[in-house]
Amino acid sequence: MKRSLFGRFWPNATAVFLVLVFIFPVYWMFSTAFKKTTDIVTDTPVWFPTNPTTQHFKTAIDADNFWTFVGNSFTVTVLAVVFSLIIALAASFALARMRFKGRRGFIIGFMVAQMAPWEVMVIAIYFIVRDADMLNSLVPLTLFYMVMILPFTLLTLRGFVAAVPKELEEAAMVDGCTRRQAFLKVILPLLAPGLMSTSMFGFITAWNEFPMVLVLNKQVEYQTLPVWLAGFQSVFGNDWGATMAASTLFAIPVLLLFLYLQRRAVGGLSDGAVKG
Amino acid sequence: MTVQTERAPSGPAEAPKPPVKGKGRPSAPRKAGDFVPYLLLLPAVAATLVFLGWPLVNNAILSFQNLNMRQLIQRLTEWNGIDNYRDILTGPDFWRVTGRSIVFAGVNVLLIMILGTIVGLLLARIGKKMRVTLMIALVLAWAMPVVASSTVYQWLFAQRFGVVNWVLVQLGFEGMGDHNWFGTQMSTFFVVTLLIVWQSIPFVALSLYAATTTIPKELYEAAALDGANAWRSFTSVTMPFLRPFLYATTFLEIIWVFKAFVQVYTINAGGPDRLTEILPVYAYIEGIGNQHYGMGSAIAMLTIVIMLLLTAYYLRIVLKQEEDQR
Repeated sequence: MKRSLFGRFWPNATAVFLVLVFIFPVYWMFSTAFKKTTDIVTDTPVWFPTNPTTQHFKTAIDADNFWTFVGNSFTVTVLAVVFSLIIALAASFALARMRFKGRRGFIIGFMVAQMAPWEVMVIAIYFIVRDADMLNSLVPLTLFYMVMILPFTLLTLRGFVAAVPKELEEAAMVDGCTRRQAFLKVILPLLAPGLMSTSMFGFITAWNEFPMVLVLNKQVEYQTLPVWLAGFQSVFGNDWGATMAASTLFAIPVLLLFLYLQRRAVGGLSDGAVKG
Repeated sequence: MTVQTERAPSGPAEAPKPPVKGKGRPSAPRKAGDFVPYLLLLPAVAATLVFLGWPLVNNAILSFQNLNMRQLIQRLTEWNGIDNYRDILTGPDFWRVTGRSIVFAGVNVLLIMILGTIVGLLLARIGKKMRVTLMIALVLAWAMPVVASSTVYQWLFAQRFGVVNWVLVQLGFEGMGDHNWFGTQMSTFFVVTLLIVWQSIPFVALSLYAATTTIPKELYEAAALDGANAWRSFTSVTMPFLRPFLYATTFLEIIWVFKAFVQVYTINAGGPDRLTEILPVYAYIEGIGNQHYGMGSAIAMLTIVIMLLLTAYYLRIVLKQEEDQR
């Protein structure tokens, strides 16, 4: 066979190389964060933190208002994800399970909304929020993030709802459940993996969002971690240990969430992406 | 963030269910339950119209105003017709930035799609342990928050003590020992491109791999029976199967790269000398940074128009796909 001639060697060698390429920046962030400054500021890189220190994490955490940023980021992100899940769940149920006039129109509409250029709309959003007297508040951020992640959440959930056999629902209704009860007691538990992977992607988007906070919330008490991290770097300049510790603290919630849901994430992705 | 394709209808169109409350009137042409789907969709539609539609409309309105720092503070509304658009379209900056954005997006998308496809196909070829390891590596790169990964790339490419310069010196490029990557347009773009490509490959590769697992084995067996070699069965079985998927992914990547504000802005704020500004960064720096809000809004409108033109083809495919499903 041609295949054995090609062999397992080159694919595996390439894979090892790729693993290194994709993991190295993440590794370099972690390891720098734990290195003594003398091991960072050196002409020959020190590959492993031989004398690990947590000093840089102290610098990052002791920086002004760190916990305020953490609190704001979690509040805004979690609320945006939860609200969009609730709204999307209802809509995705309608789109996956019911036939009605304009159904395709709604689906295409949300697909277009998924491409919304939020990055260039910050000026308009600034004026809307200013006129509503809501600058320096977490409320508009939460609402805009909710809508930012809504189309994706909704379209992906539609795939998950459609994948639940209709017979289960019908059986529950034969057993005397109303449609709403059937949904809550039978369908919803089966959607748990879908809800998790969808909310993970929403979490990342909201957790990352940067231009809007920068423009809407000039007051430090209402800013979030991306702004803190970007500003941290200009304050701490070339203190790479502290900067990498700060980046690690910012990345850790997402990395943990992703690793924990890794299998489901990839499975969910394929469900959403391929089967739809 | 995924590619949505319409699901094939799994059976005959479903008859509307009896309404939850009240007595069902099965013979009536319009039933009380008919409004239920609209009711379920209402919150999502309303939220999108208010928080996405209104900024779009507002953006259009602002783009016809002379709105700078003075008007902002005194809350004046000064209309100036199409002056913003005329100034932008007749000046050299906008076209330069537009050209740069399109080339930038083109190069990135091309690299992402080619390398992502190769990695995705490789995933299907390697052993299970290796595959899981590579998948975890991909997922880690993908999951890194953009602001964090741009600080990491700044550290990798740092002029002093950056690991990239060290490696280049070891490879014999003595002159790179103290190279400032953020000093010129091209090398800044190089770092930004590396960051974007590194972080975008996982999405393409993982979804592509997932797609290859859905290709029926029988197709390969049939191809082998017909005497197809590995390359032939790739071009006549794998590729046709993946083509619609690759189209959709390419167009999504075009949109994402075209509006890659955060990477460009956090790596070098569009510098040096504003030479790495792409359209969203340009709109931001003109609008917010230089406080020409009306101008910034007009640039934003033009950016949206360009994005629509770039994605029109994809939207047409989606529309057609949806129609074919009926």
